[in-house]
Amino acid sequence: MIQFDTVFKRYPGGYDALKNISFHVADEEMVFLTGHSGAGKSTLLKLLTLIERPTRGQLIVNNKNLIRLPGWRVPYLRREIGVVFQDHRLLNDRTVFDNVALPLVVTGLHRRDIGRRVRAALDKVGLLSKENLMPIVLSGGEQQRVGIARAVVNKPNLLLADEPTGNLDEALSDEIIDLFHEFNQHGVTVLVATHDLRHIQRLRKRVLQLQNGELIFDSGVRS
Amino acid sequence: MNYLLRHLQVFFYTLGQLVRTPFASLMTISVIGITLALPATLYLLVDNIQRVTAGWDGEAQISLFLKKNVAASGARFLQQRLQRMPEVKHVEWIPPEKGLAELRKVSGFSGALKVLDENPLPGVLVVVPKKSYATPDGLKPLLQRLGKFSEVDLAKIDLEWVQRLQAMLQIVRRGVLVLAGLLALAVVLIIGNTIRLAILNRRDEIEITKLIGATNAFVRRPFLYSGFLQGLLGAVMAWLLVTGILVLLDGPIQELTSLYGSRFRVQGLNLATSGLLLLGGGVLGWLGSRLSVGRHLRNIEPQ
Ligand SMILES: Nc1ncnc2c1ncn2[C@@H]1O[C@H](COP(=O)(O)OP(=O)(O)OP(=O)(O)O)[C@@H](O)[C@H]1O
Ligand SMILES: [Mg+2]
Repeated sequence: MIQFDTVFKRYPGGYDALKNISFHVADEEMVFLTGHSGAGKSTLLKLLTLIERPTRGQLIVNNKNLIRLPGWRVPYLRREIGVVFQDHRLLNDRTVFDNVALPLVVTGLHRRDIGRRVRAALDKVGLLSKENLMPIVLSGGEQQRVGIARAVVNKPNLLLADEPTGNLDEALSDEIIDLFHEFNQHGVTVLVATHDLRHIQRLRKRVLQLQNGELIFDSGVRS
Repeated sequence: MNYLLRHLQVFFYTLGQLVRTPFASLMTISVIGITLALPATLYLLVDNIQRVTAGWDGEAQISLFLKKNVAASGARFLQQRLQRMPEVKHVEWIPPEKGLAELRKVSGFSGALKVLDENPLPGVLVVVPKKSYATPDGLKPLLQRLGKFSEVDLAKIDLEWVQRLQAMLQIVRRGVLVLAGLLALAVVLIIGNTIRLAILNRRDEIEITKLIGATNAFVRRPFLYSGFLQGLLGAVMAWLLVTGILVLLDGPIQELTSLYGSRFRVQGLNLATSGLLLLGGGVLGWLGSRLSVGRHLRNIEPQ
């Protein structure tokens, strides 16, 4: 599903955020990506959706060689990948329903199919009753679940999350991570960047650890 | 079909956005309306004047004002002599009394004329040249020859001013065209700027939609529609302004032209010119937003 092969990322300023990264994530795996602040976790996730381009190396996602992917193909790549952000990145002037519908609207799906699939996604994250509310009135945990519903509404087979529990208390964090776990058990490949070691202990999934842009530890598949 | 539907959706979505900020939208649309109304009004003005004067064009005639001491019989004699000239088609004799009577008919003068105990008007012979001589080149030598008759005080081509007006209108017409071009550019810039602000306002939204897989075309579409719609609505506003101005002017113009005995109706925007105005507004709006979108949307990429 994901294949890094000696990938480097140097930011325009000359800072090497990722150095010589090589690893492989199989279909239907669930992986935690960890490391200190500034280690390069977000950068690594950004490479996967081509928010940033790798400077050197080979990167294959979903059988696509991202190094050679032309700019106009990038939107189509992003449609195959669900992404959850720490700060949710919801549209605050649209309802929960419209936020979750956005990836479907973008692909030009027919209206009546949109309603059905948005409600299915909201149902999975337990927010069916809040579809007409604005995101701002929701709690942090609920907003994050809206973000997750939006990430999965397209039924992607790869789900990326960058610190999805960053601002949440323990109980809510567990809920969110459990949600990802659930999607994983339905066959979705999941890659979660977090520095909350609790989840890693709890779920005993594979762990990749970054330090100063280098991959210093790979636990391998553990369960 | 689905494609068309999607465009319709974006169209109504954009219209909804304009309605949601009525004040800002109305401001932009009014500015565009006024900008477009200016050349449209000038165009109509020139067009109407040209239409009125077009009919007078070929009817050049020469008025011979006779000396005061020429009696009616002398004038009649001269009329017959002129009538025999090969260049001349027709000569009319207007005795002083008839001239006075005509002048009296024009309201406002009768009072002034009562004060005079003597008719101040000279007798006039109106010479209509044959068509082949009724050109500026042909008319000049004829004018000179006619002016040399001893009975004639002054020979004057009557419709000289019409030709001058026609030439002037040609220049004005060209001026209006240049002005219209400049103002069209202004509309493009106004809409370009409005769209630029809209893009900056919705920067987050654009980033997010790009993050979840929106193509550039998808992101661009609402802005293009917005520019097109604002241009179109601006043109509608311009149409209303021009039509309003004409309605206001119609009464006074009717009065004025009826004084001169002509039944002249001001011609407003017809179907073709209205269509051109609306299409022009829409196209300029689209162009403005296209330029703006090309410049500013490229720079917004998700971080
Ligand atoms: N656009 C950029 N330009 C230059 N340097 C950058 C850019 N983005 C990130 N960096 C640098 O790259 C390094 C890695 O950043 P990254 O955001 O990937 O870290 P992280 O592991 O996600 O940290 P955190 O846990 O704080 O989110 C940091 O030192 C950061 O300053
Ligand atoms: Mg980060």
